[in-house]
Amino acid sequence: MPITDISFRIGGEAGQGVESSGAGFALALTRAGLQVLGTPSYYERIRGGHNFFTIRAMSQAEPVRSLVEQVDVLIALNMETVEVHKDAVRPGGVIVADTGIEAEGALQGLNVNLLALPLKEIAVEHGNEVMANTAALAVAAAAVGLPVKYMVSVIETNFGARSKAIADANTAVAEHTYALASERFGLVYGDSLGSVEDAPPRLLLGGNVAFGMGALMSGLKFVAGYPMTPATSLLEYLAGHADEWGLVVKHAEDEIAAVNMCVGAAHAGVRALTTTSGGGFDLMVEGISLAAITENPLVIFLAQRPGPATGLATRTAQADLLMAIHSSHGEFARMVIAPHTPEEHFSAACRALNMAEKYQCLVIVLSDQQSASSFMSRDKDLFDPASLVIERGKWLNSEDLDAMEEYHRYALTDDGVSPRALPGSHPKAVFLSSGNEHREDGHITEDPAIVKAMMDKRLRKLEGLKSEVRPPLRYGPPATEVTLVSWGSSYGPVMDAVDVLNAMDKSANMVHFVDLWPFPAEAAREALSGASRLVSVEGNAMAQLAYLIRAQTGIEMDQHLLRYDGRGFTTEYILEHLEG
Amino acid sequence: MATVQDYAVDVRPTWCPGCGDFGIWNALKRAFVQAGYAPEDIFMVTGVGCGSKQNDYMRINGLHTLHGRSLAVATGVRLANTGRKVIAVHGDGDGYGEGGNHFLHTVRRNMGFVDLVENNQVYGLTRGQVSPTSRLGFRSSTSPTGSLDRPINPLALALSQGATFVARGLSLDLPQLQYLITEALKHRGYALIDVMQVCVSYNRAMGYDWYRERAYKVEEQEGYDSSDRATAMAKALEYPGSDRIPTGILFRTEDVPAYEEGIATLQAGPLVDQPLRTRPLEDYEALLSEHL
Repeated sequence: MPITDISFRIGGEAGQGVESSGAGFALALTRAGLQVLGTPSYYERIRGGHNFFTIRAMSQAEPVRSLVEQVDVLIALNMETVEVHKDAVRPGGVIVADTGIEAEGALQGLNVNLLALPLKEIAVEHGNEVMANTAALAVAAAAVGLPVKYMVSVIETNFGARSKAIADANTAVAEHTYALASERFGLVYGDSLGSVEDAPPRLLLGGNVAFGMGALMSGLKFVAGYPMTPATSLLEYLAGHADEWGLVVKHAEDEIAAVNMCVGAAHAGVRALTTTSGGGFDLMVEGISLAAITENPLVIFLAQRPGPATGLATRTAQADLLMAIHSSHGEFARMVIAPHTPEEHFSAACRALNMAEKYQCLVIVLSDQQSASSFMSRDKDLFDPASLVIERGKWLNSEDLDAMEEYHRYALTDDGVSPRALPGSHPKAVFLSSGNEHREDGHITEDPAIVKAMMDKRLRKLEGLKSEVRPPLRYGPPATEVTLVSWGSSYGPVMDAVDVLNAMDKSANMVHFVDLWPFPAEAAREALSGASRLVSVEGNAMAQLAYLIRAQTGIEMDQHLLRYDGRGFTTEYILEHLEG
Repeated sequence: MATVQDYAVDVRPTWCPGCGDFGIWNALKRAFVQAGYAPEDIFMVTGVGCGSKQNDYMRINGLHTLHGRSLAVATGVRLANTGRKVIAVHGDGDGYGEGGNHFLHTVRRNMGFVDLVENNQVYGLTRGQVSPTSRLGFRSSTSPTGSLDRPINPLALALSQGATFVARGLSLDLPQLQYLITEALKHRGYALIDVMQVCVSYNRAMGYDWYRERAYKVEEQEGYDSSDRATAMAKALEYPGSDRIPTGILFRTEDVPAYEEGIATLQAGPLVDQPLRTRPLEDYEALLSEHL
């Protein structure tokens, strides 16, 4: 029987290349036609400290939805990895290590196979010492029968353009170690993981990159941001692609500057975006109120991590939902969406930019570290540039302005959306946008009737936004003993938990929210009423989605299944904590 | 050719009679006309304060923002539309206090816009509190026993961070101020004009006569070289600190490119004029290939 579901873990010291090894191995598995989910776990430091990267690979058409707690193959780049993770190796599993670390002593009494080779020596012989990681991965590949050509192709991608010598040396290390390990250990599971030859082309990516790709394809022109994990990789992605794809990207002096630069750029007429995490978002909050009253479109990509303050800088959380919805003084319309997969991040970029312009409002895209840092294989077809249709909302051109007596930027309209004209583009398109309350022409007023009319006008945009929000996703049979209610990146693990429960004759289904504000209250009521037992599954300590559902529908959860230790949900965690 | 009347709106200023903001208001409009700009050619980004209402009292592409944030907003406007002139106008509390970090970074970046700071050394709109430029010992409602903070020296600070155009004007000297604004509008990079102005309500000790007795023009000094940063720094350090207030263009160089000149994307023209997708849709497949 070929292996259809296997998990790897690569561990080592920070600075030892754990993440790049993990990402490279995940890409090799993807190219072999397997579906892959890889997630790093690292500490907030550049060197020292223990890092590891877990990969689950499955031969199936569907993407991998969740990691499992136990792994089949542990690749230990140092002794600490053996000590920390030996109990996470499934009985009968294997540990790959250098003979030099003498792991045998730590493994007595455990049902695991140690595959030890002089990896460093091999690396030095065919390349240099840093290639010991390549050697370790080659042992793992040989042990499960992943053809070495996929490793070689990833080496070519990663190093080929930079240095042929480094690529060739790595290839030599991989091929030599692979041959040696095959001869010495054979296939440790008696059969091969092999490869799925007829699999469609697949990408390997995380939420941040998927969002970045979608944004580049959707007319994004201006980005200002300040690095903050886990949003940094999106800022870096956009900066790295700016010159080639017609963007201006500014690493601002702080988040306050970043958001206000975006307001200025949006006002001047270009699609603008900022990227941040909770602490940086806190600093941006006054800026979003300026965007709101001046009715300038603004998109904020908010990747969550645990707080308060610095919290756990490199871990995950879903604890900023209520902040995203309620932040800032005053009252105004906004949209909050929480994409749950890479393909949803891809389309969310276009949708967020469109909604922001159509309703001249703030759109917060709420993601998290789990989604940002994971490497997920996805069919390439899910990322079709032609599927992203740019909609810019109401704009007046020169002919429209010529035909008008006077242009009023904040004209009172039935839907609350006043047509935009590019400021300075026409002698009539000269107007004031003010953070103070204003008249239809933009000039400041405190006239109570106008003040009320302007507030009403801006809030009418909520009605339009309500018509845009989508109902929650539903999965599983219609009538069940338990309904798991979730949002964001816990989608995959919750879905797997539903499958496991149904396979155990304990019927379960799932209601998953992607669009969170304006809250789809009617659709939520329809999806949730009649359920026998409701359990919210959330990565926070105060059950924020449950709070929102109760406030908006009056429906209460029977259990809050919460995780707030900085780690993402696994199926096992959900099943273990599910009551009743 | 635009005229001052083109900048007129139906909104009447709410400044106190005798406020320095009137002089700045007139100098701005006259300078725009002198420099040949129509209202649609200029973006005026202001903060919050009495003087930040300049664009409420003018017909201009105006953006009246938040306290302290006008430089950040102006940066966004400038980067999005390099086809238009941008001028930031705000007070001393706004620019040197709340927005101090933006000031520092806008200077070192050499962002290509004019920054006119209405420096009356007091908070006017909130009714007379100590400001970052108030003198040591300044008594106000929030410093009842006298300020313990020494005043900031904005010109020296800007010069120390590589500013490429540093000037000081007076709200009471309209012709000089008009000249300074006109020259600043010609500058390729960041141009700071610190305008010392009277506040007739909350800083009466520093009235018109107080300034007349102390101010002098650097260009009237024999051999003054405004291209020498060290000379300019020596002048900048005269005030605060002594009873002599140098005015005029203390320093200017056109040898340093503005920030936006270094941005590859903007070589193709103003961002706002570029197509939303700069390449045919099929080209975007290349982005997918990076992750295959």
